[in-house]
Amino acid sequence: MPRFRSAFLPSPIKGEGFFDRYAARLALAPTAVVAAVFLYGFAGWTGWISLTNSTLLPRNDFAGLAQYAKLWSNPRWLVAYGNLFIYGVCFIGFCVAIGLSLAILLDRRVRGEGLWRAIYLYPLAISFVVTGTAWRWIMDPTMGLQAAVQGWGWSGFSFDWLNDPNRAIYALVIAGVWQSSGFVMAVFLAALRGIDDEIVKAARIDGAPTWKIYAFILVPMLRPAFLTVIVLLAVAVLRNFDLVVVLTGGGPGYASDLPSRFMYDMGFRRDQLALGAASAVIMFATFLAIILPYLASELRRPR
Amino acid sequence: MRRLLLYALLAGTALLFLAPLYVMLVTSLKPLAQIRAGAIFALPDAPSLAAWAKAWSGACVGASCGGLEPYYANSALIAAPSVALSVLIGAVNGYALTKWRFRGAELFFAALLLGVFVPFQTILIPMARTLAALGLFGSLWGLILVHIVYGLPVTTLLFRNFYLGVPDDIVRAARLDGAGFFAAFRYVILPLSLPMLAVAAILQFTGIWNDFLFGVVFSSPGSAPVTVALNNIAGSNFGAKEYNVDMAAALLTALPTLFVYVLSGRYFVRGLGAGAVRG
Repeated sequence: MPRFRSAFLPSPIKGEGFFDRYAARLALAPTAVVAAVFLYGFAGWTGWISLTNSTLLPRNDFAGLAQYAKLWSNPRWLVAYGNLFIYGVCFIGFCVAIGLSLAILLDRRVRGEGLWRAIYLYPLAISFVVTGTAWRWIMDPTMGLQAAVQGWGWSGFSFDWLNDPNRAIYALVIAGVWQSSGFVMAVFLAALRGIDDEIVKAARIDGAPTWKIYAFILVPMLRPAFLTVIVLLAVAVLRNFDLVVVLTGGGPGYASDLPSRFMYDMGFRRDQLALGAASAVIMFATFLAIILPYLASELRRPR
Repeated sequence: MRRLLLYALLAGTALLFLAPLYVMLVTSLKPLAQIRAGAIFALPDAPSLAAWAKAWSGACVGASCGGLEPYYANSALIAAPSVALSVLIGAVNGYALTKWRFRGAELFFAALLLGVFVPFQTILIPMARTLAALGLFGSLWGLILVHIVYGLPVTTLLFRNFYLGVPDDIVRAARLDGAGFFAAFRYVILPLSLPMLAVAAILQFTGIWNDFLFGVVFSSPGSAPVTVALNNIAGSNFGAKEYNVDMAAALLTALPTLFVYVLSGRYFVRGLGAGAVRG
């Protein structure tokens, strides 16, 4: 459980009416209803549907864990869930590596920092649908990057990942990293700027070279930022739907499918409501496994 | 020498980051004949805005060939009320949670936090059923409702964290002067909140304009947002692919959020930190 703020409850003020004494609670009531119904209620509802045999419409025939058995013996789901980890590890790894490197470079008091930052961050303002559309065009084998490089004289150059079942998932990684590493840079740069200058000065007096100061002093001090970044990127991996739909369509076949797309397909296009709900429950469970330890540690962190 | 290497690294990375935008732009200005030659980095021989015009008012989205324009309008009609209401309610929530602290406020906040990050697949099926029951499925109103509802956790989080840094005494003094809950908010808190209102509005606008999941699940052909229309244009496999029109449509879709980003970079970056929860 998070540690709750030492409850400082202001004493009522004389002359305030009934409404004002309960005003805060009344003002929060709509949001409370939203949270209770649209978040927790709906999550429970999805859970219930996953325990039935619903196909096109929800039915209330209890079927136990039949859908989960079906799910975990469905080859497409196994690929999609496995891809979550392949995509997740590569995406988070490259984002952190590139984001941290850029943050350190920018931290070296460079000229035109604002401009550099604006360039690394702009993909974040663009929707994944636009990103996917652009990268699908760039990765087009007959007219895209492959053709351009071959045209420059390197005739053996091959870059046809979208049509390669073993590589399509890495095509998603490229587009995802392009879009998100600026975010990682921004978080790390802010964290680096938050470190007391005296620490760096002391290390310099001891004669430590710059790279050692970063590797052994500053980067280890970024631990909280690492935690935040990794958790937020992991959540983004789980939520990734737009990019896979637009860039690869889960293909070739279902080689680059992800759980979010599987769920949408089963729930909304193939009349497999209960199976879709079961996949949503697994996604939710995966989400809780990531987010609950993080929220607990964040809320407990001393201010 | 070291400095030179540093700037070379920065510039090289910047080129990689800018390349897709450059490719989109030059492709959108080329005629199809030049595109088929397969030199995506080449400048257009004879730049033309024909593809932009077609993307805006002539490209086919499903069966209707009216271009992106009507869907642009849909996205704007969805975004305006969704942004305004989710930001305003979030501000009141944050104010109530920090300046009128009551028993259970922290528990309430912790419960709401989950909604900031939850994968929406968890709620899609019940939401679709509920919208259908309300007669809102496939309408702009349905999408507006969905965006407000699932925008509240993050706007509440932003304003709660912001108001934690505002001294409680300001509100207390206003209350001693006889100001009630809403009067203290309107005349004392709201004027202090302009930067955070900008941050929250930009974050919400970017998120809602760029949304694809809710759009694709809850809209009908007539109420589809621009991202869904773009995917329809660029993803269709009927007839000859017009890559220049696809790229023009993609750029048109990206323009509003890019514009907001360029105008307000500082606020945009602050909103990104929203995920960093802090207790």
